[in-house]
Amino acid sequence: MTDHQLATANVEPVPNRRLRALAPSRGGRPWTFYVLATLFTLYVIALYGPMLCIYILSFQDVRGGLVFPMRGTSLHWFVDLFTQVRTGDVKGSFSRSIRLAIVVTIITVVISFMSGLAFRKRFAGDSVVFYLMIGSLVAPGLVLGIGVGLICNLLGIETSWYTTALGAQLSWTLPFGVLVMFAVMSRLNNAWDEAARDLGASTWQTTYLVIIPILAPGLVAVALFGFTLSYDEFTRTLLTAGSLNTLPLEIWSMTLNVTSPSLYALGTVTTLISFLIIGVCLGTIARMQKRRAAGPAAH
Amino acid sequence: MAVENGSIELAGIVKSYDGTIRVVDGVNLRIPDRAYCCFLGPSGCGKTTILRMIAGHEDPTHGEILIGGKDVVGLAPVERRTAMMFQSYALFPHLNVRDNIAFALRVRGVGVQERRKAADAMIEKVRLTELADRLPAQLSGGQQQRVALARAAITGPKVLLLDEPLSALDEQLRVQMRQELSRMQRDLGITFVHVTHTQLEAIAIADIVVVMEKGKIKQAGPARDVYDQPQDRYVAEFLGGQNVLTGRIERIDGDSAVIVSPEMRDVVVPLGARRAASTGDRVDFAIRRDDVDLARPETGGDGARAKVPSRVRAIEYQGNFVKVILDKIGDDELIAYVPDRVFYRDPLSVGDVVIAGWEKDKTRMLA
Repeated sequence: MTDHQLATANVEPVPNRRLRALAPSRGGRPWTFYVLATLFTLYVIALYGPMLCIYILSFQDVRGGLVFPMRGTSLHWFVDLFTQVRTGDVKGSFSRSIRLAIVVTIITVVISFMSGLAFRKRFAGDSVVFYLMIGSLVAPGLVLGIGVGLICNLLGIETSWYTTALGAQLSWTLPFGVLVMFAVMSRLNNAWDEAARDLGASTWQTTYLVIIPILAPGLVAVALFGFTLSYDEFTRTLLTAGSLNTLPLEIWSMTLNVTSPSLYALGTVTTLISFLIIGVCLGTIARMQKRRAAGPAAH
Repeated sequence: MAVENGSIELAGIVKSYDGTIRVVDGVNLRIPDRAYCCFLGPSGCGKTTILRMIAGHEDPTHGEILIGGKDVVGLAPVERRTAMMFQSYALFPHLNVRDNIAFALRVRGVGVQERRKAADAMIEKVRLTELADRLPAQLSGGQQQRVALARAAITGPKVLLLDEPLSALDEQLRVQMRQELSRMQRDLGITFVHVTHTQLEAIAIADIVVVMEKGKIKQAGPARDVYDQPQDRYVAEFLGGQNVLTGRIERIDGDSAVIVSPEMRDVVVPLGARRAASTGDRVDFAIRRDDVDLARPETGGDGARAKVPSRVRAIEYQGNFVKVILDKIGDDELIAYVPDRVFYRDPLSVGDVVIAGWEKDKTRMLA
């Protein structure tokens, strides 16, 4: 080793070590970033991988089977889904599910909004009412469904998707809606009501000119919850829907007897519809907030 | 039928939420039409409750509220011809400036064109024309305040009620908006009732200052009277600028009392309102901080002046005057405001022994 080399060897490691302590890797990111990023990537793959398999396999051609490898590409199984009777009553169950979800959404939004208003003030027994409402979130869905079925049997009420199943689904969507509404309501300032009253607005005018417009993004969020929870609902609906199936029930029964990729095609279609609805709702919220934040207001 | 002028009369107002604690406890007050009245007091003294009762957002438990000579208890705010400006302004976040201001007209069923025109006229009055299409979130605090003012004023109220209107603003803007409120009050020619806990704000702006404590009025009157001639220790201390001292009456000398305490000897105070006081009583008296002057012990004084030997505890430079904090007299602060130029002729330093002096007739007996 020459003197020169010695000198550099002595001098250089010191700033290097200091550098490492401050910024442990090149580019300024700590090593933990890479560990966590890898972990997250694995998580995403585990989350979406199985679903992606189904979406991909649904695009096979007529020779297609239930497992990889892919056999050709076509929309054959999508056509099959809506034309073949042997695959089950997809069209009927789909339209029932959509109609049911719309009714559930409307009821959930209206009742959640009204209970949100009710809980703005404390009242006698308010916490009892609150816990009773939240209780049905904790109850196992299947047990609740069996209970509803039992009571209907006892009372001689015939179960059907638009009566008993509607009730069973509401026991699930309402507590969710109310909880979301509470979070939304916490942003509502009582001074707005008073200001409106001070300016001569009636209670009704205050509600539709002030409270509803201010809460609109939150109400859309509640609607989104109501719709997707109902559209996906299985356990509570299983024993309460009566003779005609909703879509999740139909899919389940198809898994038992359909052995073609049209099952996968159905999965793809329902997922697309869910994403479409979520997209529309989030888009609406974003538009409202953008309008509010960036003005000038259109009208 | 409708209220035609903005004079306000409160007669025996009591407000209690639970039947035992009286938030407002027997308030009587007359506020003339077109006056600027400030309610001043610490938080929880009932001043905001009084404002809300005048506004019609709460009803008094007992007593009458007359606006323009008419009993308004039980009437809606609109029927009272009052309008309120809320503490945080409570502008509707989803409406732009114009629609916020036009709101009162909208709920009255005024057509779109007409109410926009009226709102634009009001917007001009508060100088916000360029911002008419903005939403409240895009405005500064001062601009929001002007929108709130315009929104309240558009229905032509006779009384405008302002709840801590300047508390959300920073110091500089507060002074500016104070002037703006004053100007608006003259422009609109109506009564303003303003609630604040800042004494500087109250005395700067108000024709009538009402000092409150625990639901009761302690003193009400023109700003200068309240500041210069406080009636008791509470008012004197709340408005500031006064030394409030306590001592025992040694003897009565004509219309003056001679007061002593361990730190003071032979301080003469005119009896004023305390004519009934007698020898031996403990009394409070006030002397304005800017009426106290400081001298070195060696310089002699004349006999008509009170002289209290003391020591400089701290000195704060305030710009146009110097705040000299002296040793306490008992539990009471003794502070002198010495004009800047006077102080620097012979600057004192901390620890210096001084004689604090004042003229006898500048002192004032407190109740």
